[in-house]
Amino acid sequence: MHYAWNGNDFSHIMTPPILETKSLTRRFGTFTAVDTLDLTVSRGEIFGLLGSNGAGKTTTIKMLTTLLPPSFGDAFVAGFSVIHDAVKVRRAIGYVPQGVSADGSLTGYENLLIFAKLYDLPRREQQARIAEVLEYMGLTTDAGRLVAEFSGGMIRRLEIAQSMLHRPQLLILDEPTVGLDPIARDEVWKHLLDLRTRNSTTLFFTTHYMEEAEGYCDRVAIMHQGKIAALGTCKELEGLLGKGSHSLNEVFTHFAGSEIDTGGSFHEVAAERATAQRMG
Amino acid sequence: MTNILPAITGFLDKTFVIAEFELRKLRHDYTELVTRALQPALWLLIFGQVFSHSGTMHTGNIPYIDFIAPGILAQSVLFVAIFYGINVIWERDLGIVQRFLVSPTPRAALVLGKGFSAGARTLSQAAVVYCLSLLLGVKLDWSPLALLNVVVIVILAATMFSTFSLIIACIVKTRERFMGVGQVLTMPLFFASNAIYPTDMMPAWLRFISHINPLTYVVDGLRASMLPEGISTFGLGYDYAVIGVATIILVWIGSRLYPHLAL
Repeated sequence: MHYAWNGNDFSHIMTPPILETKSLTRRFGTFTAVDTLDLTVSRGEIFGLLGSNGAGKTTTIKMLTTLLPPSFGDAFVAGFSVIHDAVKVRRAIGYVPQGVSADGSLTGYENLLIFAKLYDLPRREQQARIAEVLEYMGLTTDAGRLVAEFSGGMIRRLEIAQSMLHRPQLLILDEPTVGLDPIARDEVWKHLLDLRTRNSTTLFFTTHYMEEAEGYCDRVAIMHQGKIAALGTCKELEGLLGKGSHSLNEVFTHFAGSEIDTGGSFHEVAAERATAQRMG
Repeated sequence: MTNILPAITGFLDKTFVIAEFELRKLRHDYTELVTRALQPALWLLIFGQVFSHSGTMHTGNIPYIDFIAPGILAQSVLFVAIFYGINVIWERDLGIVQRFLVSPTPRAALVLGKGFSAGARTLSQAAVVYCLSLLLGVKLDWSPLALLNVVVIVILAATMFSTFSLIIACIVKTRERFMGVGQVLTMPLFFASNAIYPTDMMPAWLRFISHINPLTYVVDGLRASMLPEGISTFGLGYDYAVIGVATIILVWIGSRLYPHLAL
């Protein structure tokens, strides 16, 4: 792994990391999807996990969200082990999956109310909290409409609102802007950045949009064949290629050996296209 | 002991939250209730009438149409509930299942809540069968206790079969495979039961299968509750015990398999 990390070093902050993986590994038969991953994310950081389809990003996220048990190693979220304290991890995180996870057969308000109840928000606080996130995400006037009638950008904002309701310490987003047009993408990011500023929420997301990584991340990890190939700020990673001006895309190609939008299984590509279609 | 009560109330609370939101979907689109009414109507009005007039079914002291009415209600519950897994696969493909699994909700509450919602949905089938039965002159027991028994049996049966359906969905994971398996299971469950003919008419091997088929106990319980004669082969208590135990076992298996949908 190539570390390029000497600038805004969050490890100097005395607070314990919000996320720490220790030799995190996941095997499917003889195939190793995630290979001894060691990663630390500090509180308040925006951390991007870059990689082609099939690089191991989604498998990593599934382990961090307790959806998939590791084959070896462990990960700690807010100090809780994903293996031994799964329920505490679930309370500490918000999760926005790559697919469309808001229910189109319910209204925006109902989609929020169900999660307010599932996360045990006190009954007297539920309405205030829902009103707050709706306003925050600019969805107040559309809350009574069925989500099936929402645009792709509105659905994503609603899903982020759902994941924020219980005020998680860490928000995990799997390809949050896939399938969105540039305007909707900017709108989603505006809200995510605002969320970090207002609540100091840590954002951990996967993407294969280089401009998102360059524009919004404090640090980036390039994942290739289940391992972290490079880690650092975008500037530091670009510096790894030597003198001259290099783009993050070039850095990615250098470490991953290919352009970012290649690769992936049939299932992964199909799922991504289906999401893009539903969002579109 | 002090921890058990909050755990149980918390579990039930989550279960009813899941069921409540599944039912809210019906409020936004109730067309499925109308389309589902067609199937019991066909069975009672065509199949029931034809065999009632043929005189080939020996159902003791009660007319065949009276005998078959509880069977058709049980069949409607089975047919509606057994394809419930399709919704689960659809939710999995969208990402909704993953979202629920990342919440701190117990897996068993997610499974049981979906089962209860299927149960509440199939109550509309009971209303349809009661209306058709009135139309056909079936003698029904209208006592509050009998009606309560019908409601409870229908909800329990739908919970049992929809959870069975969820288990199949967790194993096959695709809609195409699920449709195939669903078709293969539904008809044997229906025909190897006492829904449309008495088990006395069956050869010994089929009678044995019907006795290990949970649908037989659903039909028996409904027949005991719906008809004033209260005819029952096994007794209502035994019917409840079989349906209850089968539901608990299936919910336990379902809650183990449900997280596999997100893999």
